[in-house]
Amino acid sequence: MTDAHTAGPFIAAIDQGTTSSRCIVFDKDGRIVSVDQKEHEQIFPKPGWVEHDATEIWNNVQEVVAGAIEKGGITAADVKAVGITNQRETTLLWDRNTGEPVHNAIVWQDTRTDALCRELGRNVGQDRFRRETGLPLASYFSGPKVRWMLDNIEGLRERAERGDILFGTMDSWVIWNLTGGVDGGRHVTDVTNASRTMLMNLHTMEWDEKIAQSIGVPMAVLPEIRSSAEVYGEVRDGVLAGVPVASALGDQQAALFGQTCFSEGEAKSTYGTGTFLLLNTGNKIINSYSGLVTTVGYKIGDEAPVYSLEGSIAVTGALVQWMRDQMGLINSAPEIETLAASVEDNGGAYFVPAFSGLFAPYWRSDARGVIAGLTRYVTKAHIARAVLEATAWQTREITDAMTKDSGVELTALKVDGGMTSNNLLMQTLSDFLDVPVVRPMVAETTCLGAAYAAGLAVGFWPDTDALRANWRRAAEWTPHMDAAKRDHEYTFWLKAVERTMGWLEHDES
Amino acid sequence: MAKNIQSLERAAAMLRLLAGGERRLGLSDIASSLELAKGTAHGILRTLQAEGFVEQDPASGRYQLGAELLRLGNSYLDVHELRARALVWTDDLARSSGESVHLGVLHQQGVLIVHHVFRPDDSRQVLEVGAMQPLHSTALGKVLSAYDPVAHSEALEIEREAFTPRTVTALQAFEGELDLARARGWACDVEETWAGVAAVAAPIHDRRRMPVGAVAVTGAIERVCDAGKELRAELIAAVRDCARAVSRDLGAGRF
Repeated sequence: MTDAHTAGPFIAAIDQGTTSSRCIVFDKDGRIVSVDQKEHEQIFPKPGWVEHDATEIWNNVQEVVAGAIEKGGITAADVKAVGITNQRETTLLWDRNTGEPVHNAIVWQDTRTDALCRELGRNVGQDRFRRETGLPLASYFSGPKVRWMLDNIEGLRERAERGDILFGTMDSWVIWNLTGGVDGGRHVTDVTNASRTMLMNLHTMEWDEKIAQSIGVPMAVLPEIRSSAEVYGEVRDGVLAGVPVASALGDQQAALFGQTCFSEGEAKSTYGTGTFLLLNTGNKIINSYSGLVTTVGYKIGDEAPVYSLEGSIAVTGALVQWMRDQMGLINSAPEIETLAASVEDNGGAYFVPAFSGLFAPYWRSDARGVIAGLTRYVTKAHIARAVLEATAWQTREITDAMTKDSGVELTALKVDGGMTSNNLLMQTLSDFLDVPVVRPMVAETTCLGAAYAAGLAVGFWPDTDALRANWRRAAEWTPHMDAAKRDHEYTFWLKAVERTMGWLEHDES
Repeated sequence: MAKNIQSLERAAAMLRLLAGGERRLGLSDIASSLELAKGTAHGILRTLQAEGFVEQDPASGRYQLGAELLRLGNSYLDVHELRARALVWTDDLARSSGESVHLGVLHQQGVLIVHHVFRPDDSRQVLEVGAMQPLHSTALGKVLSAYDPVAHSEALEIEREAFTPRTVTALQAFEGELDLARARGWACDVEETWAGVAAVAAPIHDRRRMPVGAVAVTGAIERVCDAGKELRAELIAAVRDCARAVSRDLGAGRF
């Protein structure tokens, strides 16, 4: 038995997320020493618009850092580095002279740039910048959000062109403030966050001047692109004063890192409200023809960048919440398993939760949700089972697309996120994918990834092998499903998916 | 009527006052409606609030019925909810102890394993969720029998099979084991179910202090026991800490 983990040294990780900011302190074994967390306000100025107050976020970050250090009963001297992970794509512009944001941060979910993205597609469409950036023109990504602010805030473009305005995703904002703000703060971002702006060329890892010009973003506002694991500067003030700031990774990439998916072909899937699946494709940039996104996995210091394919599912945990809140069939999310486990199978029912259209690999905005295969035999328990199966089948569609694009067969899936406590779902996932599904012992893979990268940068851990040695299997589900049965079920799932398409008339979608 | 407990009558009156629709009342309204001194009313409300029967709106300071009242009618704890709440704590227990961790609940006449965390050593292990363990010989079963009266009566009824020479089967000796578990707050199984295997377990309580399950660390006897075949003290402390942490987390609201 290892002793209590109060002896240093430690690494601190800051997770600036969509709903809250957190700080977690880890020890050398990757165990959690202390946690602090604070939620921030979600601002909805209009339907489809989502904003955050960046000043509130910075205050919260300072608070949770102080909170975690205090709860751990440690001091800055025990902390060898601090790493950052963050909600991706959320976009901020601030004045470099005053440190004041010029506007609330525009959050990744915000759809105000929909029309702008269509306009930017011109005659080419969604894929205009895909070859360079790996991304389709969609409202999530930062570049068009910057353009929107420059177009809609009086006098901002002139100030930006004069060099008074700085752009950053939340990693940049936190690092700039941590390292001194107006007084010498470092204006940097890492390759993973830069790869979500639509402004970085995946091949050169530099800002693409042509694309920046096409989107309408002046080069003067852009931060310097650095690796994901290196010392960007030192914390200027507060409880961590003097500690090196040594990593930055977008949240999903941080989870990939925290799950120690360091080899080509390794993949992780994070099951929350939605689901994000990332596959390490090594040093190869793989163009997707199946509706996936090509992105940077991570880059450690001077090493070559590691790329990945990403597939996202909009509705997974959200479907369980919908069963609880809208349908009232369960009282708490975990009860979905109780209800689903009360029957042997789905009773012929299939539930495709295309609530806001179909995402990867279909990308059909005219689709809407469907429950197919209903007969008088079907009970609410069968529907509950179909709800869990929907998450598993949607994962299967993503992994199929990944195999098609990359030629790499998945050998195992590492999972994390809240839904991994659902045993029936994890077994179903393994059955439908026909590979083992593995849950690691530290569920906080996002923060752990940021801590790992920071620890590598300062030599706290010697190399990725040492991190792998820290990884512990908490549970493993192995496939038990008969192949013929699986194929039969998949056929019916695909038929149900087909029935969601074309529900909206063209001018509605 | 005079024999009834006055403060309970007053508490019941308060609940009735707050019932019916989404009613929120301030302290003075409640006190004057029931013709009570403010201090008396406040004392009762504070007790009801501590039990979860009444909640106070932080902004206005007004009182309303609490979520606990809804739970009374539907009081059984979903085992999947238990697993979801226990996940991080049991992971940490497996990691710190280096042994496998099981979470069990009473099911029919045995212990149903509802959660299992592998021993963190990269060896091949099979998930034991859904398996049953005996009530009378395992650490989980003894803890449940000691704390849950239903489990206790089941354990007395079943045929207590001797799995090993160390299994305690005689009624009086078994009751002695349970008394000891209640006195210490934990129970153990040193080669009483499987040769070479020892385990220690502690009870998990919900917010009403009802025993809802137990958590155990299980491992090879040479690792979990000291030279005198006594369970290692730090392991017992870790299991009890874990059980307390899960208990604290239970009923703390929805996901």
